[in-house]
Amino acid sequence: MNYHWNWGIYWEASPEGTGSYADMLWSGLLVTLEVSAIAWVIALLIGAAMGVVRSLPSPWAKRISGTYIELLRNIPLLVQLFLWYFVMPELVPDAWGDWLKQMPDAPFWNSAVGLGLFMSARVAVQVSTGIAALPRGQQAAGTALGFTLPQTYWYVLLPMAFRVILPPLTSELINTIKNSSVALTIGLAELTARTRAMQEFSFQVFEAFTAATVIYLLLNLAATWAMRLLERRLRLPGYGAG
Amino acid sequence: MNASAPVIRMQHVSKWYNPHFQVLKDCSLDVTRGEVVVVCGPSGSGKSTLIKTVNALEPFQQGTISVDGIDLHGKGVNLPRLRARVGMVFQHFELFPHLSVLDNLDIAQRKVLGREREEARARSVALLKRVDLSAHAEKFPGQLSGGQQQRVAIARALAMDPVVMLFDEPTSALDPEMVSEVLDVMVQLAREGMTMMVVTHEMGFARKVAHRVVFMDQGEIVVDAPKEEFFGAVTNERARVFLSKILAH
Ligand SMILES: Nc1ncnc2c1ncn2[C@@H]1O[C@H](COP(=O)(O)OP(=O)(O)OP(=O)(O)O)[C@@H](O)[C@H]1O
Ligand SMILES: [Mg+2]
Repeated sequence: MNYHWNWGIYWEASPEGTGSYADMLWSGLLVTLEVSAIAWVIALLIGAAMGVVRSLPSPWAKRISGTYIELLRNIPLLVQLFLWYFVMPELVPDAWGDWLKQMPDAPFWNSAVGLGLFMSARVAVQVSTGIAALPRGQQAAGTALGFTLPQTYWYVLLPMAFRVILPPLTSELINTIKNSSVALTIGLAELTARTRAMQEFSFQVFEAFTAATVIYLLLNLAATWAMRLLERRLRLPGYGAG
Repeated sequence: MNASAPVIRMQHVSKWYNPHFQVLKDCSLDVTRGEVVVVCGPSGSGKSTLIKTVNALEPFQQGTISVDGIDLHGKGVNLPRLRARVGMVFQHFELFPHLSVLDNLDIAQRKVLGREREEARARSVALLKRVDLSAHAEKFPGQLSGGQQQRVAIARALAMDPVVMLFDEPTSALDPEMVSEVLDVMVQLAREGMTMMVVTHEMGFARKVAHRVVFMDQGEIVVDAPKEEFFGAVTNERARVFLSKILAH
């Protein structure tokens, strides 16, 4: 293989004229972090709401949440991003479509919301599983004390359900970070996109992707560590195995 | 409310789980203020279902139930408000595992009754003392024995200042050595004049404090008699067989 290694490439100026290649990757990392963070918040909020709906006894609630979850889980993320980015602006009334297309940072918001919705379906399944894992009597106890249904969920069921599902939520958080790389296909300059740009400008493919690999790895290790910390902080004395 | 009106008045209550399975058959029962009514009967006879209709945890299709003069099926009835005035103690305690003992007692006082933090806390502390668990106030339910958890559960229900207390087999999930600590609290409560409806097979408890004993079988209230009569000369054949069985051990 006739490859010219150059580990100093990170500190060389990129042809974009905005700093070194390291600065380029750094800006990509920030975008990855921002998109993932917003997507994760959306996934948690909508996932929790849909998970609650899925746990209600009403057949209508089950139908609505079931349709939502199956739609978002069974269409590939890439297709979903394309649908939000390219197709939706054509389907809505013209004025809205124009607004969507002219929105500054359209790829950013499309990615954050699209990824967030995609992940929300997976979070919803975890949340409803967590609720179902609680003893049946917990809801009865909340109801018997005079809590309304929303209060019973908020004060009794959800705090425990979230503790139960923290380990699987950790992997969903990591999936969110990893899946954010798909956003490069709609033109978002996140970490993978910046890595590819570095490769194309410098022809140092190995150095570029080594950096990306290490950064993703560290990022996900940090996310795992943070979630473990949270798990430890929320652990209840005398409860379960812990 | 009229002081002599029953706290619980259940008239001709019937409930079906499905068209082929009637779990409650024309049940009528009054519990007056200060009265302790023990409900017993074989497994599956509908005792839990009956007691859970009283605070509308279980819906029913026919008949009427009123609690403290309020008809459960009445127009515009605020069921959460009504339930807040009916204490319930479950077989498996059902404390909230993520809250400390004190917070278990506080939370509904604050979120349902709207009491201030200090007021709720003072009530909780007093009730914990009463069930002899002051030393465990800051612990979590998972750190307590079954008997302790059930006493906390009783205190939690009492914190709402209920007009009546419902118990569904409060001691049957407990190790034998913990039964008496819970029964002692219940006996004391009965002696203080609390209105109580208690599903239990603890006939010692019934003998000590019950005013009436109700025997259920296959969804029917078969016997509803004053305690003396029930233990002295119960004439119903099914109740006699049941009694001789549970008194045998
Ligand atoms: N959700 C339900 N759907 C259908 N049948 C039910 C349901 N809940 C209870 N049952 C049935 O109704 C009957 C009465 O149940 P219930 O729990 O009230 O009995 P119980 O007298 O409390 O029994 P135990 O002493 O075992 O607690 C039983 O045959 C039970 O299997
Ligand atoms: Mg029962």
